[in-house]
Amino acid sequence: MSHYPLNPKLYNDDIEQEANRVGFGRGLLGAGEKNESIVALCADLTESTQMHLFREAFPKRFVEVGIAEQNLVTVASGMARAGKIPFTSSYAAFSPGRSWEQIRTTAALNEQPVKIIGSHAGVSVGPDGATHQVLEDIALMRVIPDMVVIAPGDSIEAEKATLAIAENGKPSYLRLAREKVPTFSTEKSPFEIGKAYVLRHGHDVTLLGTGTMTYQLLVAAKLLEEQGISAEVVHVPTIKPLDEATILESVRKTGRVVTAEEAQIAAGFGGAIAELLSEKLPTPLKRIGMYDRFGESGSPAELLDYFGLTGGKMAPVIKKFVDETPKYHQGF
Amino acid sequence: MTRQRLTIRQLERKASEIRKDIIRMLEHAGSGHSAGPLGLAEIFAALYLDIMNIRPSQPNWSERDTFFLSAGHVAPVMYAAMAEAGYFEKDELMTLRKLGSRLQGHPERTKLPGVEQTSGPLGEGVSQAAGYAYTLQHIDEVTHRWVYFLTGDGELNEGNIWEAAMFAGKYKLGNLIGFVDRNNIQIDGTTEDVMPLEDLRGKWESFGWHVQEIDGHNVESIIDATSMARAITNRPSIIIAHTIPGKGVDFMEYDYRWHGMPPNSEQAKVALRKLRSLDGKITGEHE
Repeated sequence: MSHYPLNPKLYNDDIEQEANRVGFGRGLLGAGEKNESIVALCADLTESTQMHLFREAFPKRFVEVGIAEQNLVTVASGMARAGKIPFTSSYAAFSPGRSWEQIRTTAALNEQPVKIIGSHAGVSVGPDGATHQVLEDIALMRVIPDMVVIAPGDSIEAEKATLAIAENGKPSYLRLAREKVPTFSTEKSPFEIGKAYVLRHGHDVTLLGTGTMTYQLLVAAKLLEEQGISAEVVHVPTIKPLDEATILESVRKTGRVVTAEEAQIAAGFGGAIAELLSEKLPTPLKRIGMYDRFGESGSPAELLDYFGLTGGKMAPVIKKFVDETPKYHQGF
Repeated sequence: MTRQRLTIRQLERKASEIRKDIIRMLEHAGSGHSAGPLGLAEIFAALYLDIMNIRPSQPNWSERDTFFLSAGHVAPVMYAAMAEAGYFEKDELMTLRKLGSRLQGHPERTKLPGVEQTSGPLGEGVSQAAGYAYTLQHIDEVTHRWVYFLTGDGELNEGNIWEAAMFAGKYKLGNLIGFVDRNNIQIDGTTEDVMPLEDLRGKWESFGWHVQEIDGHNVESIIDATSMARAITNRPSIIIAHTIPGKGVDFMEYDYRWHGMPPNSEQAKVALRKLRSLDGKITGEHE
């Protein structure tokens, strides 16, 4: 198993913080420098989705479509037919939220490498409230055949993921968040589409995190260690295709699984893991995320705490699960 | 490679052949749309056999004009025209809507070379054509290729259409030329009953488009209108083509119930007889 370098300041208060969308903005600029077929389209949220760096560097390859998310995706599909690799960005509530059928038909079924960048996903959008806090996007996108779905853990990984989808030749969804989050990875940490990474080894329970929830699981794992529970933390930035081998290898060892996502647990990341385990390795599972409800207004920190999406709130939930749940036994 | 240009009369005959193929295909398939495709035979004959600069033996020829079918449900007329143009053998038309066919119920790019985009869910083709046209005009700066599309009139109920109309108007896509199949019917009734479209000319003009209105069954008008549209280089063009749904088969004409229905074998027999006699009439008019 290869070593995953974590930020040495992981558990310090002064750990670097940056929003994933900022990493995307850098990645898009880099992808544009490497490949002149890359074009970018935005629906009136250029700075907010961090496409302005690309727009300033390559004004001719940037297209403003206005507040029209259906058009955003379908114009991109037409540009892909003309040989371009289009990145489209909006808030995830609107794209893929509003543009889902256009994505299904004109990007996925049509096999065009249109990139859907959904910024401002999850409750951490904050005061804008439930309308803008999309929690259903993972489910919506992962059900589309051949769609690649990635929720990067931090801004460094968001940059790597952006560069990776620029070259994968497939329709792809990148889930980003608005708020600054701790940067747990480093420039040297690996990222490959379809790979999951063991960040911390343990033997009592496997904690599977996607997106920015992985950092919260790392925090929870440290708290659990102090209580005598040895948790293995696996970061799963690519929700589709899922790295089944890495996940199952960890689960075989620990015999208990917890998932965490800033999204609906139904049909989302936890749903994907439930599908995998129930078919290939039935194992006790606890899913952490949003339980069939919408978000609401509040500060991002307040909301993460209120909905139990911080390491501090997760640790007791995980401990209770471990205490009450017998391990999956070999030879089941 | 220059194509021998067909005469207007030859194109009219091709349109008549296309209509017969549509009836045979739909009867054989046992499902599909009758009225729309029959009403578009002249436009598709003109596009695929005269107007567009294409090489059917090289569907992805880099210098080609492109056509985006927004109203994917009229696929039979596009397939019949493509077969006439030589993209594939006419025998294959009878595989329409069958398991394993390249001729899907609604067209799919990845199945059939020459189909530029997958379509069927309405309202999406204008945007895709506009994205292609934008790329040619503003990024690659190619000036000698034209991008055509066709949308239904009922399809104009879709908001996505007007997002695309605004987009193409803003970016003055002079290389974009569209047809509206103005046949006045949609599934639930006439367009003006279901959701009124008039003033249709005024709508497109206000979005910055050059607008022409033609008789969509007059091959010469279709060709002339596209020539005019190509000469208008500072804005996109729309050609509102007035057509008769079910054209050529009297018991289907103007009847919205034939929008989404195929003929049975008895109806197909009668329809083919009508089309053969129409053939005779056309010949008579021009000799």
